[in-house]
Amino acid sequence: MNRLRLGGVGGFIVRRLLLGVLVLVLVSVLVFLATQALPGDPARAILGRNATPESLAALRRQLHLDQPVINQYWTWVTGLLHGNLGVSLAAQEPISKLLGPRLVNSGVLVLLAAVLSIPLSVAIGAWAALKREKVFDTASSNLLLLLAALPEFVVALVLVIVFATTVLHVLPAISTVPPGSQPWDNWEALVLPVLTLVIAVAPYVARVMRASMIEVLESDYVEMARLKGLTERTVLLRHALPNALGPVFQVIALNLAYLAGGIIIIEYVFNYSGVGGAIQDAVLNHDLPVVQALAMLIATVYVVLNLLADVATILVTPRLRTRL
Amino acid sequence: MSETSVAFADVEAVPTPVRGANLLRRSMRLWRTRIGVALVGLIVLISIIGPYIAPYGPSTPVGVPNANPGGKAVLGTDYLGQDVLSRTLYGGRSILVMAVLATALGLIAGGAIGLVAAYSRNALDDTLMRGMDVLLALPQIMLALVAVAIIGPRTWVIVAAIALTTVPRIARVARGAAQPVVERDFIACSEAMGVPRWRIVGGELLPNTLGPLMVEASLRMTYNIAVVAALAFLGLAPDPNGANWGTMITENQIVLPVQPWGTLAPIIAIALLTMGTGLIGDGIARTAAGIDRARGEE
Amino acid sequence: MSTPGAGGTAVAVQDLEIAIESTGTPVVSDVSFTITPGEIFGVVGESGSGKTTVGLALLGHARRGLRIAGGSVRLGEQSILDLSEEQLRLLRGTLVSYVPQDPASSLNPALRIGLQLREVIEAHTSLAGRAVDDRVAEMMAEVALPVDRAFLRRYPHELSGGQQQRVGLAMAFANRPRLIVLDEPTTGLDVTTQAHVLSTVRDLAELHNVAALYVSHDLAVVATLARRVAVMYAGRVVEIGTADELFQSAGHPYTRRLIGAIPRLTGGRSLVGIPGRAASPGRRPHGCAFAPRCSLRVEQCETAMPPLVMVGPDHEVRCIRAAEVLSGQQSRAGDPVTMPSVAEGEQPALRLTDVVASYGRTEVLHSVSLSVAAHECVALVGESGSGKTTVARSIAGLHRDWTGAIALSGTELRRAARQRSGEERRRINYIFQNPYGSLNPRQTIGQIIGQPLRVFGTASGREADRRIAEMLERVSLTAGYAPRYPDQLSGGERQRVAIARALVADPTVLICDEVTSALDVSVQAAIVELLGSLQRDLGLAMLFITHNLPLVRSIAQRVLVMSQGVIVEEGDTGQVLTDPRDPYTRQLLANTPSLEAAASEAGLGGPPADIAGG
Repeated sequence: MNRLRLGGVGGFIVRRLLLGVLVLVLVSVLVFLATQALPGDPARAILGRNATPESLAALRRQLHLDQPVINQYWTWVTGLLHGNLGVSLAAQEPISKLLGPRLVNSGVLVLLAAVLSIPLSVAIGAWAALKREKVFDTASSNLLLLLAALPEFVVALVLVIVFATTVLHVLPAISTVPPGSQPWDNWEALVLPVLTLVIAVAPYVARVMRASMIEVLESDYVEMARLKGLTERTVLLRHALPNALGPVFQVIALNLAYLAGGIIIIEYVFNYSGVGGAIQDAVLNHDLPVVQALAMLIATVYVVLNLLADVATILVTPRLRTRL
Repeated sequence: MSETSVAFADVEAVPTPVRGANLLRRSMRLWRTRIGVALVGLIVLISIIGPYIAPYGPSTPVGVPNANPGGKAVLGTDYLGQDVLSRTLYGGRSILVMAVLATALGLIAGGAIGLVAAYSRNALDDTLMRGMDVLLALPQIMLALVAVAIIGPRTWVIVAAIALTTVPRIARVARGAAQPVVERDFIACSEAMGVPRWRIVGGELLPNTLGPLMVEASLRMTYNIAVVAALAFLGLAPDPNGANWGTMITENQIVLPVQPWGTLAPIIAIALLTMGTGLIGDGIARTAAGIDRARGEE
Repeated sequence: MSTPGAGGTAVAVQDLEIAIESTGTPVVSDVSFTITPGEIFGVVGESGSGKTTVGLALLGHARRGLRIAGGSVRLGEQSILDLSEEQLRLLRGTLVSYVPQDPASSLNPALRIGLQLREVIEAHTSLAGRAVDDRVAEMMAEVALPVDRAFLRRYPHELSGGQQQRVGLAMAFANRPRLIVLDEPTTGLDVTTQAHVLSTVRDLAELHNVAALYVSHDLAVVATLARRVAVMYAGRVVEIGTADELFQSAGHPYTRRLIGAIPRLTGGRSLVGIPGRAASPGRRPHGCAFAPRCSLRVEQCETAMPPLVMVGPDHEVRCIRAAEVLSGQQSRAGDPVTMPSVAEGEQPALRLTDVVASYGRTEVLHSVSLSVAAHECVALVGESGSGKTTVARSIAGLHRDWTGAIALSGTELRRAARQRSGEERRRINYIFQNPYGSLNPRQTIGQIIGQPLRVFGTASGREADRRIAEMLERVSLTAGYAPRYPDQLSGGERQRVAIARALVADPTVLICDEVTSALDVSVQAAIVELLGSLQRDLGLAMLFITHNLPLVRSIAQRVLVMSQGVIVEEGDTGQVLTDPRDPYTRQLLANTPSLEAAASEAGLGGPPADIAGG
């Protein structure tokens, strides 16, 4: 079997990719079964109690509910792979057309949040580890602990109260993106949502970074580097940081994936026209195709992020490469 | 010359090592744990006895809608004229019950799966963890939303969905904590004696992973409270008309500039609760880390 | 830098004191010694003696939580302890360098070794580019490592333990320092690799006229390497003198006992351990720290700390009764061991026939056959990778991937422990190497020892308690230990508990897998003696597995030597150790450092037949 395995990092990527695909397939099955094949009548749930038998039958046909489950699944999956996300029941329009701009909007938020939070939290964590148990460390640790504990919508609303409605009035409380315009046209409206996302994610990354950095700083090889007479700068940048970052990648990926769920709430609070709002509407309207499509999208994002994190970890930890 | 039996009375007094309850007790020595317990205790108390000491019922109109604090309503009235204070006192039960239940279920199932996976070290481990990966691919709130979308916002649906998403997260931690323990010789010793597998997992593996499990459990609790409240915030509470902190926030959000208390009171309640659980978890984590450091070679 | 061939002192340490930062509790006190250029100076002590701390202090470094509280350290003309961090940094790697104990964890796992070698040179010289490469090639050649680029591009985990340690040596000697501090650099290495590393150290020190401080717990190694030795106990130097004099006639009771605990290759004498354990900082008694465990103690020992007293031209001892110790008045040999004879024709308690074992696709045991008679102790000796642990685990049923036959008193056993009957499992018992991992930290000692009784249903309730108490007494602990937890016990005590647990259900066969490797020498001696006497008293069949050849002298009747999955030699203990036939065994013996070898090298007779005991 050793001969069958592709060697090195390339082979590892391929294997993780296949694993990711497997997970996605299983997720699709799960999502599909959950939405389509549960007992109870989706058609009735959508149309309500007063629907006529004809409209029910028509809807069922439209939803392919008269076909065997396997066929329904197959139709859906092949459609997905071709980029056809299905048709929204509420809007009677192709989902990809509906979601397109919303995806861009949400993407902008997540990207901004990531770009801001990751370097910030890595820096805070590393600095806190260096100045261990001094003022910066204790203050930042406690502050981050409390911030991390708060639910996002609480953070969002507190920010709104402070900056928009009650205490100060410098930023808008609502961040709608009118259709046709781009989110960066009104950058003021992005500040609070992005800030909320950063606060949601940064504390965890910072804490893991701090813990990882402390462990590295106490390691034998860092002690040895100091005993070799290397400058403190070399010790930190060449010996400590790269080893400290290894475990952090996984946490970053996990947290970015978490953001995919976090946007749902944030977009609701700020009335931001993104994917989160779409999910919410879909849920309230029982718009199952949209729910399915969005679930698969988010799952894909998660799997991709994890794959990237695994690859990054492997690149930073040479020791793991020989086991490949 | 064989050694004479020596009784060394001055065996150095190392503090009695840590077992489950002991860890909790020792973490209470830290200020942060005490503050956390106080906060959680306060909010739990309010949620339990709140309905009995509330001045008015949760749906009783008490005055003009969105009135500022004064007169009959200590914290003012909400968008329907109901007493904010009373509704706040009523609003915690539902959230707490659902969150605690979901976390407990997730802890039991996730703990079992993680420990079994770590112990089996073979195909079972891989299968279980793949299953966990699948569950992890969807954010917690997403799965809850999907479940609610299909079946409706019933209590059991929310609890089940959140418990289901708690399971893989706990399983991962349980497995991570159990793996180093499984390598230790005392497990091999029991295996050589032929101790049944379930006995080893439950009787020897579990007690040695309690520390990380407890820390993760409090972290999950914090998260789950947030998710339950968020669901209510999105309008998906089991009883949309009843008093619920999440729904209260959403209902009164519009009138924030005029009467902030409708939103502030439940926000403060939730914030205190989650900060409390966060502090408790951190206290336990620090105590466990301090003990490991003192023990050194283990 | 270093002045080749010059006399004078390379290192002068005076009244060194190191304390715990937060409480001020002294960890090391009153340490003074000098080293001349080119000399290897040994510092010997067991765990907790403070020897590593002293070694680090010579670089001006104290581990986290410790602080150098007083005294002076001079390297040539340079006083170390009053320098700033930046000044110290300039010295480290140039004037004084360090070779750590664990090379695997001291090399940065994420950097190629070439880079780690280069940075020592680049940080302290103005060399750059090609000049640095040449220097690195020079360094590698000195320690007999390949100089090609491909090798330098390797990561630390791609090197063997011996290679990693030689990289460490190369880095230490790179800038021709005046002093090198070596902290147990051969721990964890095979005897053969250890021999290579030691000779490299000796050659390099001689070649570059570098003074070396060699910290170790292994007296035999120090005896072969060092000219002068300091013995440390509980943070103080208790004896200091030339190696030859120390090992011939030590002046301090602790040193004598320590020497008595070292396994010998010749003469089947029992090992003598030291009861109790050294007190940790803050709990050390007023007066002589060794007094509570010393058989020569008098009232005066406990009232005041004895000063270091000159008892010879280059020999100081910290004991008020040194004169008596030196004259050997209180001397008693370890009793000679009488091995019970093995009855002929009896069915062997344990027999392996053509056992072939694998890990995955790799075969690690190639047709191993052996037998252990009832009442017999057989030693299985081999280095790491020889397969000895696989043999042990297969017998115990912990390793399942084997073919062949393993028979217990004639009955063939099934592969996995779980498939065997309760009776079979009861009759074979196993003691593990690591005392810190083999006891469940969440159970009391009583529960741990009582587990076999519960599992096999041998005894319960009051009867079980009685047996547990009896077992505790047997292993020289008291019944009072039963409610305690493993955390409260020392390594030696834990291993005794493991022995008690193994014996409580009356097994027939006992497998001891490197049970003393993780223990200090004096504790090791006690445990081996305990096992030996228990084996003889209880009539157990014992398979004693170790990599330490001299250790088997006092406990085993027969020895099997293993190498790479095959048994290469087999025979009577005395005969195998004095006149081995297989070349591998011969090489093993030649490479094993021993006091006899060191003494004969120095042209002296062997160590005295009597050793201070009693």
